[in-house]
Amino acid sequence: MANLKALRIRIDSVKSTQKITSAMKLVSASKLRRAQIRAEAARPYAERMERMLATLAASAAGNPAAPPLLVGNGREATHLIVAVTADRGLAGAFNASIGRAARTLARRLEAEGKQVKLAAIGRKGRDFLRRDFGDRIIFDVSFAGRKQVEFADAEAIAQRLITLMQSGAFDVCTLVYNRFVSVISQVPTEARLIPAPVAAAPAAEASGARAIYEFEPEEEGLLARLLPQNLAVQIYKALVESAAGEQGARMTAMDNATRNAGDMIKRLTLDYNRSRQANITRELIEIISGAEAV
Amino acid sequence: MPTALEIVSPERLLLSREVDMVVVPGSEGDIGVLPGHAPMIVLLRGGLIRIFEGAKETSRMFVAGGFAEITTTRCTVLASEVSPLAEISKSAAERRINEAEAAYAAVDKADVAARDATLDHLQSARAMREVAEAP
Repeated sequence: MANLKALRIRIDSVKSTQKITSAMKLVSASKLRRAQIRAEAARPYAERMERMLATLAASAAGNPAAPPLLVGNGREATHLIVAVTADRGLAGAFNASIGRAARTLARRLEAEGKQVKLAAIGRKGRDFLRRDFGDRIIFDVSFAGRKQVEFADAEAIAQRLITLMQSGAFDVCTLVYNRFVSVISQVPTEARLIPAPVAAAPAAEASGARAIYEFEPEEEGLLARLLPQNLAVQIYKALVESAAGEQGARMTAMDNATRNAGDMIKRLTLDYNRSRQANITRELIEIISGAEAV
Repeated sequence: MPTALEIVSPERLLLSREVDMVVVPGSEGDIGVLPGHAPMIVLLRGGLIRIFEGAKETSRMFVAGGFAEITTTRCTVLASEVSPLAEISKSAAERRINEAEAAYAAVDKADVAARDATLDHLQSARAMREVAEAP
């Protein structure tokens, strides 16, 4: 029976798809644990750095000699959006949601009359953004084939941003990345890198945000060391959060795919058995009516 | 009122507790932080962080460099690398000194920022050996 054979082939193919998706799920689950530990370990440092920078930016506001990395260069005409995505797909909406977030932000800024440039960290983000903003992607970075991102990678990206900033390629820089909330939830987040966001939260106020710091060595020298370090730390945080989120998203996506494949196999097997039985019944009727006719 | 001390490195939060005094190795000399210290941001050199509770020194850690934020109520050490004294070995320090010396020899002396960075690494590595040798 042609119909039966087609069904059998179909079931086999869904079964092998299911094997692949469930293997991918297991791989992601084991990678996730490591990535999650890294992401969580990077948080305290980044948070405290951020807190310190926020107070610094608040106290430097209005000081014309403050370094541009801290307070910006006074203009807001050109925005750089750095989108952090994964290098591989098959992770549900993980990459697309960053692409969409970056696109929405870019459109909004353009509507406000700003000039927008983009940078893509991760192959998927580059491919997504190239469709709409092909000529405005000024650089892209990919970690394809690497086991995990290192702090040195973040430092390299930070250095690149600083050089671009000094050459006047952009005035404001925003990072768009997936924040790892839990295995099933990654939230696209916008974080401003340059200029550093000013402390506005009342919590910071209470803990002495108004305090004017003394510096040792002198302010200029210290900030020259501190600001690039901060930039690298914030980028590193985004990279490891995104890496953990990617594994979480892939695990969830592959879990769903495995379950869907299971449902499909069940349905196809039912169809297969039904038509097999129908065939047998029909043959029996043919034999019996043939025998009666004799 | 004690000072809330936190020591973090990019990899982990090493310590977070209340102490009576902490001495951090500032780039221009050690700084003792007592409650009510004037707010400061300090660049750190490689050296020892010493923690005092009561009049007694209760623990020591090696920090390879970084920053410290001091306010009247807390002291936050943002270290590039930090480890308890027990985890420091002389052989690792020697290896690091050799690497740092090679980097310093190779660096372009006209590039002030790069030269200073390698010098800092060298100083930090030497401080690590000193710490490892100390009883």
